[in-house]
Amino acid sequence: MTIFRELSQHLLDIFENGAKAGASLILLNIDEDFSADRLTLELRDNGSGMPAEMVRRIADPWVTTRTTRKVGLGIPFLKQAAEMCGGEFGIESELGVGTRTWASFQHSHIDRPPLGDLTGTVLCMIVGFPTLDVLYQHAVHDVTGGTREFKLDTRELREVLGDDVALSDPEVLGFLREMLEEGHAMLYGEGTAPGAA
Amino acid sequence: MKSLEELQKIKERALERRRMSAEGVRVRVVVAMGTCGIAAGARDTMTAILGELEKQKVTDVAVTQTGCIGLCEYEPIVQVQIGEGDMVTYGKLGADRVPTLIEKHVVGGEPIAEWAIKQTA
Repeated sequence: MTIFRELSQHLLDIFENGAKAGASLILLNIDEDFSADRLTLELRDNGSGMPAEMVRRIADPWVTTRTTRKVGLGIPFLKQAAEMCGGEFGIESELGVGTRTWASFQHSHIDRPPLGDLTGTVLCMIVGFPTLDVLYQHAVHDVTGGTREFKLDTRELREVLGDDVALSDPEVLGFLREMLEEGHAMLYGEGTAPGAA
Repeated sequence: MKSLEELQKIKERALERRRMSAEGVRVRVVVAMGTCGIAAGARDTMTAILGELEKQKVTDVAVTQTGCIGLCEYEPIVQVQIGEGDMVTYGKLGADRVPTLIEKHVVGGEPIAEWAIKQTA
């Protein structure tokens, strides 16, 4: 049981932690390996990081929920979701360097929540914080050994747009949404809706 | 696939529009995206807001995020501020209410009193 219906909501939740930690760059990696039956999610930020004591407590839902309210319930729920789907959860952090959070799942596990609306999620990530850059990388490895990859780097987009045109400009929004939709359709091949992953 | 050349053309059109209208950011929209907000549907609310702005070609609105503001039971929470005016805080602002919010308050300039939970000066 988790508070989120979709893994992409977990990703957004962890992403918010990085944004709050003052990160200027957040990396989002999604790796779907159908031959190894593995789904791995990873977020890395260059924010303020946490002291070792907080990292230790963050992985424990009971201690975390009781003593560090600001940390919230998001992380323990992701840990729980991964562990009940034959996966693992990890977090490592260094003060002044940043934080890396990852979770793995048995891809085919019956209880694994769907990735859900990745297009909307990534769009919220890249538009919601005007001074934060996002590097989104998503790879799908099929059972025959083939790999398809999609990458979106807001630093490249901002380099083109300059300081005068925001990522939230309506026409840019349309461009970004279509870019993500096309990317997700490409990753999952023809005939499969991105949201069905 | 989308190319950066296409984005370059979009940029030129956006700059041209700006020269015509000489308008900056008129409205600020803030979506609370804490764990409580996301669990209540804040991502879908924000996606709907971005979708409406794209569809209606609204260029003078800045949409940003914030964390939990301590009113978790009212999530999803969206705040709207026109110019330097009062910020209106809306509660239970699900994606289904977004088109009305954009039409009446963000574009029309009229706050929706019955959806607001708190007004600060």
